[in-house]
Amino acid sequence: MQRLNTLPADLVTSVNVHSHVERILPTDEAYALLELVREIADAELAPRVDDFEARGEFPRELLRTLGRVGLLGLPYPEEYGGGAQPYEVYLQVLEELARRWLAVAEAVSVHTLACYPVAGYGSDAQRKRFLPDMLGGELLGAYCLSEPAGGSDAAAMTTKAVRDGDEYVVTGTKAWITHAGQADFYNVFCRTGGPGAGGVSCLLADAATPGIEPQARERTMGLRSSPVAQIAFDGARVPADRLLSEENKGFRIAMSALDGGRLGIAACAVGLAQAAVDYAVAYAGEREQFGRPIAQFQGIGFMLADMATQVSAARALVLAAARLRDAGRPYGAEAAKAKLFATDAAMRVTTDAVQVLGGYGYVADHPVERYMREAKVLQIVEGTNQIQRLVISRALTRG
Amino acid sequence: MKIVVLVKQVPDSGAERNLRSDDNTVDRGSANNVINEMDEYAIEEALSIQEKHGGEVVVLTMGPSGATESIRKALSMGPDSAVHVADDALHGSCAVATSKVLAAAIGQLDADLIICGAESTDGRVQVMPHMIAERLGIAALTGARKLTVDGSTLTIERQTEEGYEVVTASTPAVVSVWDTINEPRYPSFKGIMAAKKKPLETKSLADLGVDASEVGFDGATSTVVEHSKRPPRQAGNKVADSGDGGVQLVQYLSSEKFV
Repeated sequence: MQRLNTLPADLVTSVNVHSHVERILPTDEAYALLELVREIADAELAPRVDDFEARGEFPRELLRTLGRVGLLGLPYPEEYGGGAQPYEVYLQVLEELARRWLAVAEAVSVHTLACYPVAGYGSDAQRKRFLPDMLGGELLGAYCLSEPAGGSDAAAMTTKAVRDGDEYVVTGTKAWITHAGQADFYNVFCRTGGPGAGGVSCLLADAATPGIEPQARERTMGLRSSPVAQIAFDGARVPADRLLSEENKGFRIAMSALDGGRLGIAACAVGLAQAAVDYAVAYAGEREQFGRPIAQFQGIGFMLADMATQVSAARALVLAAARLRDAGRPYGAEAAKAKLFATDAAMRVTTDAVQVLGGYGYVADHPVERYMREAKVLQIVEGTNQIQRLVISRALTRG
Repeated sequence: MKIVVLVKQVPDSGAERNLRSDDNTVDRGSANNVINEMDEYAIEEALSIQEKHGGEVVVLTMGPSGATESIRKALSMGPDSAVHVADDALHGSCAVATSKVLAAAIGQLDADLIICGAESTDGRVQVMPHMIAERLGIAALTGARKLTVDGSTLTIERQTEEGYEVVTASTPAVVSVWDTINEPRYPSFKGIMAAKKKPLETKSLADLGVDASEVGFDGATSTVVEHSKRPPRQAGNKVADSGDGGVQLVQYLSSEKFV
C-alpha cells in the first residue's frame, strides 16, 4: 500500500482481460462441456492460482471438484465411467484450464495419461476392476518412467521388479514424478528382463504400498503448486495381477501413452500462450506512453500480432494431430510436431508478453512473469523438444 | 419425500439490466438471463436432502418460454423433472398473482416440501414463500441458513441480523434459504447430458385452473407507473494529503456518521 500511494493515478495496475477463441466443436454436448469448463475456470481456478502458486500448495480439493464434474476421464469410454469425448474436445478443455492455471491443466493431463496404460493395455478384468475408480474423479494418478540418470534415454532404466510368488518386488528410484505424494496410484515402468526396451514391464501400483516412498519435493522454477519429486521403491511388493499387458512388453505402453500425453502438454501450452496474449493485449490497450496506448505503436502492435498468430498456428497443429488420433490414424509424429511447435511458441509468446509489459512484466504484480517461468517446463516434459525432433526426423527418414 | 424447488429465471445481476419502456416490465430481451442465484442454493439443499432421505426433486418455474434454458440448467445439477408454467397471459403479473399460480401448480404436485431462494435478484421483495404457504395453508419456514429433516419434522435456523432463531414445523411446508446454507454443486458433464432427457412438463393457466383475468396486468394489485435509470455515480471526494490528510479523513467519516 505504501508504494501505491506514491504511484501516479493513471498507472495500469490491473487490466480487464478478455479472451475469446472461436472454436468449432463436433457436438452440442462438446459446446456445453466447454461452457461449463470456462465457468469453472473463471470461478474456481482464476481466483486461487496466485495464492496457491505463492504457497506451493497442491489444489487437491479443486481436482476433486473437477473429478465430480467429470473432467478426469474425458477421453475414455462411458462403460468405465469416462466421458467418451474425442481428443479434439478433451484437448480444448485442457486449453481452457491452462489459460487460468497451468498446474491444474497439467494435473488433468498427467492423470489422463496415467489412466491410459490400463485403458489401452489392461485386460478386460483389469479395466473393469480399476478404471471406474480411476476415471470417477476421486482418485489421482501418476506416471513413473524417468529416473535420475535416465530421462530421454528411458529404456536405460534400472528400477527392477523381481517376481516373488504372487508379487513383484520393486526396487529403484523414479524421478520427476508429478503428483508424487499426492497420487493414489502409480504406473511404474521397471526392468523385468534384459537390458534395453525389450526388458521393461508396466505395473499399476497403489500409492499406499509399503516401500513406495515419495522424496522431498523439487524446488521448481514454475508450476509450484504442482508437487514433483523422486519416488524411492524400497522392495515395494506389488501384486502380480497388477502387471499390465505382458512381462517385458511395457516399453511400447510407455511410448504409446506419451504420444497422447504430448498432445495434452501441447494443449496446455496453447492455453498458457493464449493467456499471455490476452493479458499483453489488454495491458497494451491501457498503458499509455507518449500520449497514447502503447498498442498503437507498431513496434508493440506487430509484436502482439506475431504472438497471436503463433498461438493460432499452435492450436491448429494440436487439433490436427488430435483429429488424426480420433480417426484412428497414426499420429505419433504429428503429436511430436504439435508438442514441439506449441511449447516453443508458448516460450516465445510468454517471453514477448513480459517484453510488452516492460519492467512491469518482470514483477509478480502481473501474471506474465509466471507464464514465462511456466512455459519453460513445457519444452522439457513428456519428452524434451529435442526428443520430439528425433521422433519427427525418424518418421521422415523411415521411408 | 417429494421436494419441489422454485426456480426463477432472472436477468444476470452482474450485467446491465433494464425495464422495458413500453410496459415497465423486466426487459428479458436485452438481458443475459440466468437462474436466480439464491435458487441454486435451494436446488442444492433439495438434492442433499434427497441424497440422505431419498425421494424426488421437481423444479417448478413460472416464466416465458425462454426460461426453459434455465430449467435445463437447473436439471443438470440433478433434479428428476421439471414443470414450467408458461402462458402469455402471465406477462405483467404481480407477486400476489404469481403466488396464486405457483400455489396452484404446487397443489397439483402433491409436495411434502417446497424449497425456494429467500429472494430473487430482480424483484427482491422476499414475499413469495409466505404468500405460497398462506395460499396452501401450510407453514412457512423462511430465511434458513440451515435445514434439518427428521421424518416429517423440519427444523431451520432462521438467519437474523443478530444471530439465528430455531424454528420447526411439520411437512408439508415452504422453506426459503439464504446463500449461507450450503455451497451449490456444479452440474457434471453427464448431468448436462442427462438433463436433456429429463421430463419437462409445460402447463398453461387453463391446466392449473387459474383464470387469465386474475393474473397479468389485469389481475395485478400494483402497477409500475414510471421508471428511470439510477443517476450515474458522482465522483468521490478526494483528500489531498498536505500533512492533515488523516484529520480530513476522520472529519469526513464523522460528518457522514460512519464513526
